Amino acid sequence: MTSTDETARQPSSIELGRRAFRRRQTIRSVAISAASTVVLAVVLWATIINTPGWARVQQTFFDPEVFWAALPRVWDGFLLNLRVLGFAVAGVLVLSVILAIVRTLRGPIFFPLRFLASAYTDLFRGLPLIIVLYLVGYGVPGLQGPGEARIPAVVLGTVALILTYSAYVSEVFRAGIEAVHPSQRLAARSLGLSHGKTLRLIVLPQAVRKVTPALMNDFIALTKDVGLISVLGAVDAVRAAQIETAKFFNFTPYVVAGLLFVILSIPIIRLTDWYTARLRDREQIGGIV
Amino acid sequence: MSEVVLQLQGIHKSFGDREVLRGIDLTVRTHEVVALIGASGSGKSTLLRTINLLERIDDGQILLRGQDISDPRVPADAVRARIGVVFQHYNLFPHLSVLDNVTLAARHVFRESRQDAEARGIDLLGRIGLAEHARSFPDRLSGGQQQRAAIVRAIATNPELLLLDEITSALDPELVGEVLDLVRELKAEGTTIVMATHEMAFARDVADHVVFLDQGLIAEQGPPEQLFGAPREPRTREFLSRFLS
Repeated sequence: MTSTDETARQPSSIELGRRAFRRRQTIRSVAISAASTVVLAVVLWATIINTPGWARVQQTFFDPEVFWAALPRVWDGFLLNLRVLGFAVAGVLVLSVILAIVRTLRGPIFFPLRFLASAYTDLFRGLPLIIVLYLVGYGVPGLQGPGEARIPAVVLGTVALILTYSAYVSEVFRAGIEAVHPSQRLAARSLGLSHGKTLRLIVLPQAVRKVTPALMNDFIALTKDVGLISVLGAVDAVRAAQIETAKFFNFTPYVVAGLLFVILSIPIIRLTDWYTARLRDREQIGGIV
Repeated sequence: MSEVVLQLQGIHKSFGDREVLRGIDLTVRTHEVVALIGASGSGKSTLLRTINLLERIDDGQILLRGQDISDPRVPADAVRARIGVVFQHYNLFPHLSVLDNVTLAARHVFRESRQDAEARGIDLLGRIGLAEHARSFPDRLSGGQQQRAAIVRAIATNPELLLLDEITSALDPELVGEVLDLVRELKAEGTTIVMATHEMAFARDVADHVVFLDQGLIAEQGPPEQLFGAPREPRTREFLSRFLS
C-alpha cells in the first residue's frame, strides 16, 4: 500500500485539463445539435405553412374546437383498444410460445405437430391481417346457428389479431431458442434435467432475453394494429373517430385518435431502447469502443 | 539506452468504487519485452486496455514515443492503429477468412491495395506455417493456430508496440508451445512487446523486464533473474511460491 490515502486522492492538473476539455466538447456538441434542430424545425415549418392549401388543411385536420369535442368519444373507443391490446398480448404470448416449442421438438413422432405448426406460421404470416379480420369476423358468425347469441365483433377481432401475431412472434421465439448455445442444453441434461425442464428452466429464459428487443418491436406494431378491429364494427378509437368525423364534417377526430396511439407507443419504444441498451452494457462490460 | 516507446505516468483507473489501477509508472524501450505478472484482478489486463485506449484512464499520462495519447484531442483510432493487440480469446472475426482477418487493417485502415496486403498476409502466414489455411475460416483452425493467426493479424501492419493479453490462457496445454515459440520469434526480430501472462517460465525466459502487479500497484519490478531468482518483496515471494509449488 502507498502512504497516501487513495480515497482522498485529488486529480492531477493534467486530468483536470482533460476533464475540462471533455466538458467543453460536450457543451459544444449539445449546442450544435440544438442549433441544427432549431434550423430544421424552422425550415420544415416555413415550408408547410407556405404551401397554398395550408389554411384549408389546418381547418379540416387541426380544428381545436373539434379536437376537444371529439376527444371524449375517441378516448372511450381508445379504452376499448387498450383492453383488446391486453388480451391480444396475453393470447399471443401463450400461443406463440407453444408454436415455437412445437417447432423445435425433435423426433419423428412429433412430425404431424411440427408440420401443423410450420404450416400455421407460413399461412398466417402470408395472410394480410385485414383479410384474417374479415374471415374471422364474418366467417365465424356464419358457423353459428340462427338462434344463438352473436359473438361480439371485439372478441372476433381480438382472435384474428392473436392468430396473425402469434405466427410472427413464434418465429421470433424459435430464433431465440435456436440461438441458445447447444452447450447450455448439454450442461442442463448432464445435471439430469428432462427435455421439458431444460427448455423451461434453461433454454427459454435465455431465449427470451435474446429476443426481447425483437418482441418489443412486434408489440409496438400490435399496439397500432388493434385499431384495425374497427373494420368489424367494434367502436374503438378509429371507429369513434370515423363517427365523429362524419358528425363534424372535419377530419380532426382522426388526428385525435392518431395522437392517442402515438402517446401509447412512446413509452413502450423508450422502454425497448432502455432495455436494449442495458443488455448491450451487460454483454460488453467496460470498454468504450 | 535505446529509445523509449511507451511511458506510463501515474495511471489511475476505477470501475465504480473499485480502484483497479492506483498509480502505475512504467517505461518500455524499443525492442524490449516487458512481462506483467500478478494474480487475477491485479490490473494486468486493465493496464493493457488503457494503453490501447480501450479503457479511459481516470488520471495520469500515457506517452507513446513522447506523444501524450491520453489527451482527448488525440484521435484514438490513429493511436490504436500504431499498437497491435492479441486477446486471450483470439477474437478472430468468424465471418472472414484467415487471410481477410490478417489483411483487414492493412486494407481498411492503411488503405493498401488488396494485392499488396494479401501478398504480405500470405507471406506472414507462410512464416508461421498457416499458408495453406489462408482461405479457411477461423473455426476450421485449432486454438493454437487461431491464436497464431491473431498474432499475425496484430503485427501485419508493423505496429510500434505489441500488447499480448494472456494469450495462452484459453489454450490447451499442448498448444501453448507453438504460440510461445511465435512470441520468441517476434522478440528475436526486435518487436517491442508488453504482455500479461501466467506463464512464469516463459516470462523468465523471454522477458527483459518483469513487473509484478499487486492490487493495482507495481509491487516489484526488475530483470527476470532478479525478480524470479531473488524477489525482494514478501508479496512477490508469496505469489511466486504459489506458482512453483
